[in-house]
Order: sequence, then structure tokens, then C-alpha cells
Amino acid sequence: MARDLSQRADNRSEIMEINLGPHHPSTHGVFRAIVEIDGEIVINCTPYLGYLHRGFEKTCENKKYHQIIPLTERCDYMGASSNSLAYCLTLEKMLDVEIPERAQVIRVIMAELSRIFSHLFWLGTHGHDVGAMTPLFYMLREREEIMNLFELTAGGRLMPNYIRIGGVAKDLEEGFIERLRAFTEHFDNRVDEYETLLTKNIIYIDRTKGIGVLPLEKAISLGVSGPMMRASGKAWDIRKSEPYCGYERYDFDVPVEYGCDVYSRYLVRVEEMRQSNRILKQAIKLLPEGPILAAAPGKIFPPQQDIYTKMESLIHHFMLVVEGVRLPHGDCYQTIESPRGELGCYIVSDGAPNPYRLKWRAPAFVNLQALPEMTRGCFFADLIAILSSIDIVLAEVDR
Amino acid sequence: MNQDRIKEKLSEKFGPDVLQFETGAQMSVLVPPEKIIDMCLYLRDDPELKFDFLSFVGGVDLYPASPRFQIVYQVYSVPYTHRLRLKTRIDETEGNPACIESVCSVWMSANWHERETAEMFGIIFKDHPDPRKLLLPENWQVYPLRKDFPLMGTEEDTPDLPS
Repeated sequence: MARDLSQRADNRSEIMEINLGPHHPSTHGVFRAIVEIDGEIVINCTPYLGYLHRGFEKTCENKKYHQIIPLTERCDYMGASSNSLAYCLTLEKMLDVEIPERAQVIRVIMAELSRIFSHLFWLGTHGHDVGAMTPLFYMLREREEIMNLFELTAGGRLMPNYIRIGGVAKDLEEGFIERLRAFTEHFDNRVDEYETLLTKNIIYIDRTKGIGVLPLEKAISLGVSGPMMRASGKAWDIRKSEPYCGYERYDFDVPVEYGCDVYSRYLVRVEEMRQSNRILKQAIKLLPEGPILAAAPGKIFPPQQDIYTKMESLIHHFMLVVEGVRLPHGDCYQTIESPRGELGCYIVSDGAPNPYRLKWRAPAFVNLQALPEMTRGCFFADLIAILSSIDIVLAEVDR
Repeated sequence: MNQDRIKEKLSEKFGPDVLQFETGAQMSVLVPPEKIIDMCLYLRDDPELKFDFLSFVGGVDLYPASPRFQIVYQVYSVPYTHRLRLKTRIDETEGNPACIESVCSVWMSANWHERETAEMFGIIFKDHPDPRKLLLPENWQVYPLRKDFPLMGTEEDTPDLPS
């Protein structure tokens, strides 16, 4: 209807420019857009970025490889473990080290927990953006449980900083698996509960169905990935197409919707939470005993116990701390499926203990490019719904 | 499709001496800068290749080597799930900034990546639909990701940075 209205000459009025953000609750951070509107209808929307630009890539060029891990988690703080995973996988590929089985499974657990974590908060704030105040309170309840799990084993609640080059920082804390099992057992029912709030809610459907349409060809050309691409009708998931961390051993489905609109993105993300829970349940069963760090002296830190008892381990540890790890010459691009889409890390190495160049392919940055395309001709109020359906994290957009 | 077949196809199309291949776990192709648009269009439209998805465009400053800049295009094929990296080298001379054709007409997603690369390295992307700065303040005349730019900035060039 909005599109029809904007095309009728007798309804035309003077075009007005409205400044949205950077400090606006619906922009999820410091995103700013200049919106040209004709009455209630958006003619054009021009994003302005950079309010949260910290010079991440330049900083990385001046840090040793190990020091970069916590920085990566500060890019996408909603799915923090995905970031350090992408980064460590890139380095491991370049160093050519094999990760022990147990560490692989722990990484999958952390990655899937952070996916649920991110989708939960998205669902809460997205509901908030379209006027449904209730969901947020339910989402925060489960999000708190996940944060407690992170805290238990990694120390950090929002940014666990748990994944290391060659494995994970330390073994799972006692009681972690029991609490995780308890979480996975009731989480499916909780997702059903969320669905009763929005999925068939007529107000929610009216606000989201047919809004922010992004056809598949446009989505591909714009580089959109993750749940947004799957909501546009393409079942593309990097966990399936280019498996990492042993994802090929898990049995899960890739949800796909064909509506290409905000409502489809909602359905995809809700289903993804169920699938992540499925993966978590399998991971608990699969979790083997064994080391949590790869054994590659001079490349990977030796286990803490060995440092106290073995001379060589102490020397390796000392050298890694003082000199850092040296990667072979060359470059490498590694991608993972983050909660937002294709998260990629491109590293160019010249043999020094710090990256010569690090390029962070942030999915939210690329997905946000689709905003002007999706909002043209819609109502101004829908712009907020569309923006929130992209699931942006500004820290990742601006880096 | 495997790397050898991609290599074969590209050499066939552009001639064996024009392109340099780096094979390994991930293949990359060094393309002469004037061929970049032809190359990208071919990669996107060839029915056997179908590189319809651009992951990113980025720059690498090889200072003090010459040519100084390397532009990297990482492409992906959604239907065939194969990846390829394109590289091209461009140089700047006194009064002539480094310059290359924009690939926005091939993949729309190049837009912001090229804007970011332009402001970070001082590279001009010709025929870019929106050549404004993206992340940096409008008044900056410096290019922070260049290797000769100091990590903390300078008081004259970047007065808005906290010291």
C-alpha cells in the first residue's frame, strides 16, 4: 500500500529530510541515517556510519596474534565466541595445526550458545522495536542462563574470551555439562513459549509481513548472508557448505523461508534457535575426553601443567609470550557462520609475530547495505522494523 | 568445481601470460588492473563459474614496495560453493593517486567495501556511485591503514583523536 500511495501524484507533498540517530533507541547503538520522506513514505535513506569506529584493523596490525583474540570479541559482542572462533580458525589454517576432538566439541558448544544468545536478544529488542514490550523480559531470562554458563567456565559473561589458537583456554568447569543439559532440556519449550507471543500475533504479523522485501537476486548481489539470506529463500549455511569444527557430524536443518520480508527473518531466527539447541544436545553426547589444546610446540601454548614440570614447555611458553607466534608467509581467508551471516577473517602474513594486514569481513556491515534497498517506498514506522530485522551490531559495522 | 578447472578456464579466456596464479589451499589470481572489470564480469556471468557473491574488497599496503597497493577481491559462488581470490596491484605517483575501476556495477556489495578501502588507503575507485567517506571524519586528509601512518595519529592530521 505504501508503494501505491507514493506513486500517486495528487498525494505528493514536499519532501522532508529527517535525521534518525545516532542516539536513538531503535538504532541499536550509534547508527545514523538521513531519511527523506514524502509524508509518511520513505523516498530514500542514507546511512552514515563511523560513530563507533575504533580502528580495529589498524590496532590488530600492531598487536601480536595472541593479543588480538579479545579484540575480535569486541566486534560482535552479541555473538562473541563466533568472532574469536573465526579468528583462531584462520590462524590454525595458516599454522596447519590439528585441533583435538574435545576442543572442537567445546568450540561448537560455545559457538551455538552464542548463536542462541544473540538471537534471543535480537528477538527481544526486535519485538520492542515494533511495539511488543513483553518478549524482551522472557528473552533476558534465558539469556541470563547462558551468561551464567559463560561465566562458569570462562569467567566473562558477555565476552567469554575463551577460544585460543589451537583449542580453548581451559577445560570445562565441573558442573558445566549438567547445567548445559538442564538448559537444553527446557529450552525447546521456552522457544514454544516465545512463539505464542509473536508468531500468530495479528498485530505483529501486520507490522512485519510483506515489509522490507529483499528478493534473492538482490540479496546475493548485495552480499547479504546468514538468516537474512535464508529468509530470502536460499538455504545457504556455511556450517553445511564448508563445515568447520566438525559441524558435518551434527544432524541439523537449515531453516529457510520464502517471504523475503521481516516476518520471514523472524521465523528463520526462531527456528535457528531450535536447531542450535539440537546441536547442543548432540554435542553433549559427543563430548570426548582428551586434551583441549593442540600439541604443536612453538606454535601453540603448552598445557599449564607442563609449564611447571617440563623445561622445554617452559621455554616454549616463554618464547610464545615474549616473541609471539610466527605465521608462514602468505594469506588466508576463513569464514564461519556467525549469528549474523558470513563472518570472515582475511590475514596477510609476512612472517612477523603480528599480522601484516587483517581484514574483518563483518556480516552486519554488509547486511546493513541492504537497508536503503529494503526501505524505499515503505512507511517511516516500517523503517524501524526493517532496520531491526537486519540484526545489526554497530560495534561490528564500524569496527 | 576444483581449482584446476577454474585455472584452466581463466587462462583460456584471458591468455596464459596475463594472469598469475597462486595455488595452495586457497587459490588466488593476480589480475592486471585494467582487466579487473572484464575479469569480474566473466567470473560472475560464466555459467560454469557463477561467482555471484562478493565477500569483501580490501586493500593491502605493500609499502615501500612498488606497485604500492594490492586490492583483494574475495568472491564466492552461492550455487557451486567455490571461492576465489582476485588480487591486483596499483601504484601511485607524485600527483597521481592510485586508481582502479570500481566493481559496484558487477556486485552491489562492493559499494561500502570500496568506500572503506578508498578512505583508508587513499585509493580512487573510478565510477563509484557514491564516493564519499564512510567511517572516517570528512575533514581528514590522511589514510590510516597505510603503513607509514603512525598508530596514534598526529596532532595536526587527526586533531579529533584523543591523545
